[in-house]
Amino acid sequence: MNAILILCLRQLKRYVRSPARIVGSLGQPLLFLVALGFGFGPMFARAFGGKYLNFLAPGIISMAILFNAVFSGIEILWDRQFGFLKETLVAPVSRLQIVFGRTLGGAIVAMAQGTVVFIICLIFGFRPANLAMVPAAIVFMFLIALLFTSIGTVFGSVLRDMQGFPLIINFIIMPLFFFSGAIFPAIGLPKALQFALRLNPLTYGVDGLRGSLIDKFAYNMPTDLVVLGILTAVLLAVGSYFFSKIQL
Amino acid sequence: MGEMIVVQDLVKNYGEFCAVNRISFTVPEGKIFGFLGPNGAGKTTTIKMLTTVLDPSSGSIRVNGYDPTREQRQVRRSFGIVFQDPSLDDELTAEENMDLHGILYGVPHAERVQRIKMLVDFVGLGDRKKDFVKTYSGGMKRRLEVARALLHTPRILFLDEPTIGLDPQTRNHIWSYIQQLSKDEGVTVFFTTHYMDEADRVANEVAVIDHGKIVAQDSPAALKDKTKCATLEDAFIALTGHAIREEEANATDRMRMMGRAWRGGGRR
Repeated sequence: MNAILILCLRQLKRYVRSPARIVGSLGQPLLFLVALGFGFGPMFARAFGGKYLNFLAPGIISMAILFNAVFSGIEILWDRQFGFLKETLVAPVSRLQIVFGRTLGGAIVAMAQGTVVFIICLIFGFRPANLAMVPAAIVFMFLIALLFTSIGTVFGSVLRDMQGFPLIINFIIMPLFFFSGAIFPAIGLPKALQFALRLNPLTYGVDGLRGSLIDKFAYNMPTDLVVLGILTAVLLAVGSYFFSKIQL
Repeated sequence: MGEMIVVQDLVKNYGEFCAVNRISFTVPEGKIFGFLGPNGAGKTTTIKMLTTVLDPSSGSIRVNGYDPTREQRQVRRSFGIVFQDPSLDDELTAEENMDLHGILYGVPHAERVQRIKMLVDFVGLGDRKKDFVKTYSGGMKRRLEVARALLHTPRILFLDEPTIGLDPQTRNHIWSYIQQLSKDEGVTVFFTTHYMDEADRVANEVAVIDHGKIVAQDSPAALKDKTKCATLEDAFIALTGHAIREEEANATDRMRMMGRAWRGGGRR
């Protein structure tokens, strides 16, 4: 076993051992799914035709991944505060290995949380159009998780303030979520909003996931994959850079 | 026997404030070296620079022949450290903490299993090793940290106030093991402490640092002679004065306080 794997495994152990965290972070997506899914269902059916829940579910799965991924950055602050960060920083492994292990662990946890939401969506009546496309959906879930965990790593490395972190993060992820096409179709939007959607990395994640699950792409799969893939690589590098600059 | 730690004209500035001001000293291999000083004198800052986690403003350092600013990996392999404040993962068991350390330091599996068992038993945590660290008392955590620092058989052991919060029994137990280690295997020990009797008893040599400068360096006996004091504590006060130091809390301390408030509030 090497350093990357053991640090990743540590993250998973901490996740599995905290049922409160698993259940607690389901509240918000559940609320959105029920309130929006059933509340706007009839309106959506009249305006666009089809089941809103099917449209919404990939957006809510993305949301669960987004929130868990970005918030995983706070673990760097916790580890700094409770001292464990020092233990890893004086170990004879490169910072790159440490940050990869952490990011991978955070991403897998976020994905696990997304999978739980996926199952909840199924319980509420969501049905994927084509089961053969589920592996593609998993790839998109993983890319969303990795991309936004890297963003969490950037903030976790730069910010020092335990109380400021959630505030700043909320300020960032809320717009990312609302302007991603997760809850409404990108049809007939004002120009400015359309532009915002195009700039938002989550848009491509939601689109890829939704396309894979219900076969309705706003863009197309190669575009989504390329944009997400490049952004993930860039942000992973940026996150690693900031993490490697941490001094105690 | 060569020199394990060589420090020359080491300086660390934080903006206007000079935490460490042109200090030089050497620690011979296999010796137990006490680094003494009042609060805020620059002890921990120096240890951070020796252990690669803080870059010096200027000056040169050699640890086991390597430069901590450039040959970090070699330096990190050479030492084990017990930090001044806790550094365990509370959500893991003692054994998992040890195992994680062993893997980070590349200790082969068989050796890891055997040494973890031996060390955990040595610090008297054998029957608690499967428990989460968050259920441990302060003293137990400290003992586990000492065991962990020794897991990868380091050449140098850095101990930043290692015996804080420990009862005399544990203190003696740990120090006698460390002395044994230094004698049998030539492990060099670099430690800080506020217990002068402890330094007097175990250190072959001590350096006294105050306001970022080394004010004396000698064997405890010679220091007592020089200052004409009966105990090392008196000698220490003769060298550093009676004034009580004000140490500004750093960012980490402030965060830790905040975390306590949080945890008290609702997390458990």
